[in-house]
Amino acid sequence: MTPLILAGATAAGAIASLAVLSAKGAGLLLWPLAVATLGAAWLLMTRLSNDRQADARFGWSVPAIFGLSLLFAWEVVTRGFDIPRVLLPAPSLIGAALLAQAAILFADFQQTVLKSVIAGYLLGNGSAFIIALLVDRSPFLQRGLLPLGNLVSAIPIVGIAPIMVMWFGFDWPSKAAVIVVMTFFPMLISTLAGLQATDRMQRDLMTSYGASYGQTLLALRLPAAAPMIFNALKLNSTLALIGAIVAEFFGTPIVGMGFRISTEVARMNVDVVWATIAVASVIGSAFYGTITLIERRMTFWHPSFRKARG
Amino acid sequence: MNRVSHALSRSLPLVFVLAVLALVWLAASVWLNAPQITDLWQRNGKTAWTTAELIDAAWSQERPLLPAPQQIYADLAKSFSARLDSPRNLLFHTWVTGSAMASGFGLGVLLGIILALGIVHVRTLEKSLMPWVIASQTVPILAIAPMIVVVLGNLGLTGLLPKAVIAMYLCFFPITIGLVKGLRSPDPLQLDLMRTYSASPSQTFWKLRWPAAMPFLFTSLKVAISIALVGAIVGELPTGAQAGLGARLLAGSYYGQTIQIWSALVVSAILGMALVALIGLIERFALSYQAAPKAAGGAK
Repeated sequence: MTPLILAGATAAGAIASLAVLSAKGAGLLLWPLAVATLGAAWLLMTRLSNDRQADARFGWSVPAIFGLSLLFAWEVVTRGFDIPRVLLPAPSLIGAALLAQAAILFADFQQTVLKSVIAGYLLGNGSAFIIALLVDRSPFLQRGLLPLGNLVSAIPIVGIAPIMVMWFGFDWPSKAAVIVVMTFFPMLISTLAGLQATDRMQRDLMTSYGASYGQTLLALRLPAAAPMIFNALKLNSTLALIGAIVAEFFGTPIVGMGFRISTEVARMNVDVVWATIAVASVIGSAFYGTITLIERRMTFWHPSFRKARG
Repeated sequence: MNRVSHALSRSLPLVFVLAVLALVWLAASVWLNAPQITDLWQRNGKTAWTTAELIDAAWSQERPLLPAPQQIYADLAKSFSARLDSPRNLLFHTWVTGSAMASGFGLGVLLGIILALGIVHVRTLEKSLMPWVIASQTVPILAIAPMIVVVLGNLGLTGLLPKAVIAMYLCFFPITIGLVKGLRSPDPLQLDLMRTYSASPSQTFWKLRWPAAMPFLFTSLKVAISIALVGAIVGELPTGAQAGLGARLLAGSYYGQTIQIWSALVVSAILGMALVALIGLIERFALSYQAAPKAAGGAK
């Protein structure tokens, strides 16, 4: 029952602190209340993370409480200390901006995510995968490409954005082109490395079954490569979003998340900027999460997905 | 003899791939720039030209769509001959970006190590913080970069600090993840042995966990330093920063100076590779007491 009492205490403390904040008269009361609330939240999280039964059923609750505590602390500190809005708006203000500007934010989302990111992501990963399969047949090319791939990973590729804008114009194709180049090499290297991930024993077994190259690829080597390929896909999901937004700083039509951020910063509408960032974060997490889900479905046999036995 | 042939078999493929890339580049710069030139010639009433003339013109344009490598080389050589403290010299811009990157990287390493230690040793932190460490990376921080720079600029903080903050936020993540993985890499047998020796927790940490984590740490440091460089460059984009490689990219993009953009790109690429190579050297030096460093990560 203790977790329930702690949860109640946390919630009550949070509500009381926010009420005091709105009343604006009891500054002295606010800080002990807020600190006590965060303390109760910490105890609750400790309690939940040490409880194996709760862990199995409410594994999501601990990070959720942590996130809410963070938002709470942000709200209390920004409003309690009267931090200027330009510096850091309170979460409640950002939420209000999200609702007020929903139509504009949705148009930006369409432009940046549905056009640039998805096109660039599919093209970049797809072409890298196909080229990796072709290169896989030639050890000579592999020895040439692997060190090159490692070199390229050290290069700030986002810098090609202005060149792509010159080649492909202001609209989404130039952003997609930046994403293609950014995502190509991580995927190429991971796929090549993944295709090497089988034991000689396993490959010998396929040979003794008289399996052809294609059959060995489909039945053994691609499944074995899947964890590494998915790693690259997850890494690229964040890279793609970042690439699209940064590329928009170098010239866009008058819509898009990167465009919104750079113009609203100049106009000091920081709450709209934060709302855009909130949207981008949710999209980024959802993108990453979707790929993780697909990975679980496809590589359920991998040790990292086995249930931990206590 | 054997060593020579071994080195050849390793370097020949790379040389071959690079040669192919260079040829593709040269051909592409002709193919992309030619239409502009022929267009101009026809308007000036020039109807016949040889291929050699066309190639020559394509490789010597003022603002080519794709400059040839030798044009970039000439531009770099011209830039490096300027005085070191003048904005004409790319080394000056490299220093501006590099110093922001280095301070951000230092801070990021510190933050990354502290977070990893907390996550490994405090269960509550592991449960509550780890998902958010991962989530924090889905925030396109590079997108916040202009805002951080503008906001800190309003506070009167300009120059190096905002860029360093951006670089720090970007590079703590791989370090935290890699170090958490590394500190957990000793297998139960080794941990049991430490218990048999009745080692204290701190002895177990310094004699087993920390050394075991080193290969993982250096792998993530290589990733982190290249991300920190991207952060420093992007941090220079807003407010039309006067100095730095990012500022050169943006200025070149405004005025259509393609050769300038490419020069800045080439220098940042070289800087990125040099930094990763430097980490690799330190790794060799630091891990020389161990057997050959095993590759961190990968399937067990």
